[in-house]
Amino acid sequence: MTFNIYDFTSFNRWIDEGLNSIMPPTWAMITEMAIIGIVFLLFYAVVGLFLVYAERKVCAFMQNRVGPNRVGPYGIFQTIADFIKLLMKELVYIKDSDKLLFNLAPFIVIIASFMALSAVPFAKGLHAIDLDIGILYVIAVSSLGVVGILLAGWSSNNKYSLIGAMRSGAQIVSYELSVGLSLLTIIVLAGTMQFSEIVEMQRNGWFIFKGHIPAIIAFIVFLVASTAETNRGPFDLAEAESELTAGFHTEYSGIKFAFFFLAEYMNMFLVASIAATVFWGGWMPFHVSGWAGFNTIMDYIPPFVWYIGKTAFIIWLMMLFKWTFPRLRIDQLLTLEWKYLLPINLVNILFMAFLVLMHWHF
Amino acid sequence: MKEIINLPVSNIEEEEYHINMGPQHPSTHGVLRLLVSLQGEIVKSLKPHCGYIHRGIEKMCEKDTYPQVIHLTDRIDYLSAHINNHAVCLLVEKALEVEVPERVKYIRTIMDELARIQSHQLWWSSFGMDLGGLTCFFYGLRDREMILDIWEETTGSRFLQSYNCPGGVMQDIHPNFQKKVHAFLKTFKKKIKDYDRILSGNVIFENRSQGVGVLSKEDAISYGVTGPSGRGSGWSCDVRKTEPYSMYGQVQFNEVLRYECDTYSRYMVRMQEMHESMNIIEQLIDNIPEGDHSAKMKAVIKLPAGEYFQRVESARGELGLYVVSDGNKTPYRMKFRTPSFSNLSVLDHISRGMKIADLVAIGASLDLVIPDIDR
Repeated sequence: MTFNIYDFTSFNRWIDEGLNSIMPPTWAMITEMAIIGIVFLLFYAVVGLFLVYAERKVCAFMQNRVGPNRVGPYGIFQTIADFIKLLMKELVYIKDSDKLLFNLAPFIVIIASFMALSAVPFAKGLHAIDLDIGILYVIAVSSLGVVGILLAGWSSNNKYSLIGAMRSGAQIVSYELSVGLSLLTIIVLAGTMQFSEIVEMQRNGWFIFKGHIPAIIAFIVFLVASTAETNRGPFDLAEAESELTAGFHTEYSGIKFAFFFLAEYMNMFLVASIAATVFWGGWMPFHVSGWAGFNTIMDYIPPFVWYIGKTAFIIWLMMLFKWTFPRLRIDQLLTLEWKYLLPINLVNILFMAFLVLMHWHF
Repeated sequence: MKEIINLPVSNIEEEEYHINMGPQHPSTHGVLRLLVSLQGEIVKSLKPHCGYIHRGIEKMCEKDTYPQVIHLTDRIDYLSAHINNHAVCLLVEKALEVEVPERVKYIRTIMDELARIQSHQLWWSSFGMDLGGLTCFFYGLRDREMILDIWEETTGSRFLQSYNCPGGVMQDIHPNFQKKVHAFLKTFKKKIKDYDRILSGNVIFENRSQGVGVLSKEDAISYGVTGPSGRGSGWSCDVRKTEPYSMYGQVQFNEVLRYECDTYSRYMVRMQEMHESMNIIEQLIDNIPEGDHSAKMKAVIKLPAGEYFQRVESARGELGLYVVSDGNKTPYRMKFRTPSFSNLSVLDHISRGMKIADLVAIGASLDLVIPDIDR
């Protein structure tokens, strides 16, 4: 076995061959799926807990506070303690609620974010499923989450929840367009929807540098639209705690609330990963063509570190938005999408197509 | 509820959607219940239901002596406790024709303006929070802490000071008082620029507040919307200018008026008032004359039989205090004209046709304090 931190392909092959040598291929396949599932669950939980902690620390620093600092060194176990508390809390039964849908909703939300995460390349070879329509798959699957939010709002038998869910529906359906179109701009440049190829194509420079101005515009639009799509501030109208108490998840308690909470953070992680992969080269180190020595030094940093670093930077940007800006109103939110982002995006795609046609990109 | 149930089925499209904002709701900042009729997101009408923390302060006053009444007035509008105390003291002094020492007037005016600043700071914090900018909340509370520390040192209490008493103030100012006030002014003049940077100049904030909740000057007058909310509609209603009391006649300050009449103009009036309050304090703080901190008063204060009225400008508007005395040591009848109650009455009028989110912004811009409404 050759475990290489720069390339997980041989490690994967070693596991695959090892399993196939001791059991029939079908069982080997099922075992592999189970292993991947468990690894993803662990990753999901760890990243979710860490993001909650990170958000609390970032917002504390922005607000002249210290943030969690009691449980463990620098309070790093605070979110774990919170999670245990949520696990042990009573699940409150809501009178006249639609029991089936009420219980189903958190799972739909969490499954949607879970499924989308499986298509993200974390490092070379560290990739659960490499679909040739990876981007399409991610866009399709991540928008399933809105079903869960709508169901949660509808089944809670609470008027605030319903308003929150309706807002969320209008918001996600609108901003889905901008997310899709801004990714399409890069697909025009890349000529493929497969994540592994998109990353490979950025070996000589990330798309944000390669694609001139259209790529930068697409990145900014993607950042705004994906912040809106994940229901984060300043677009957190679905929750809007000062207007709708807590919006669609007002009536949820205990572990079901934790699912919504975790899914929100994982969606943020997901869109940051997509942005990092599509615009900033994913796990690909920073290369400048012609600078061989510089490129070699950059290659010494493991791909996973590059990936996490880029994702963390984008998450940090999104946290800065959230703790700086006040919330938009629903009509202003839709105006922003339909009157500004969408036309900008459409023109931007044409611009990018023209650029690709004329071979003006790097 | 009966009318709603009996609506014909064909009306179901136009049927309004009723939600209760409160008694426990994050944006009412207290136990106020607004019964809001909605059509989608649009507010059709709203009905405030108050009285959840009605304590019968006016009735309780009838059993208390005048120095005792002061402690109850703290609890009306807890954010302008000093100013409420001031009203009672002015009324008693006017009725007994007592001339208070100059020093007392200076101290009271400075304290009033400090109260106004900290009230506006808290309002700014919660205004930002209501619009979703949570960082504002911590900025405001951080700076307010300095004023509370100043009060704690001089009055012995941070929140409900009951510092005024008929004829003067409870005790003389702490030796550190002037130094600390200077330090506060110096710090806050820098910090208030951050306030403008994070909220006032923000595009989202301007879109959220401009043209929202327009209250015309005529409506402001007819509904009796006083204070910064009324001045945001261009109504010159500052009691400090129209009927100067204590030191307000002698200091130079501008009455802040704005004419856009919307949430943004009410916001800007309060922001500007903080500057004016600092201006007033600066004029007084170094010139506090030596002397007694209280005039000689009788042990038992009895107001001559008759009716008395005193107005002061509290942080929310005009606080009127009406007392009927039958010559005893307790008032026969006491009535407070509290600013928040009148300001609440206009909420239905100006929030019709607006969105729920606007309702929250308008409510925040009126700066309602619920105990001030319910008394």
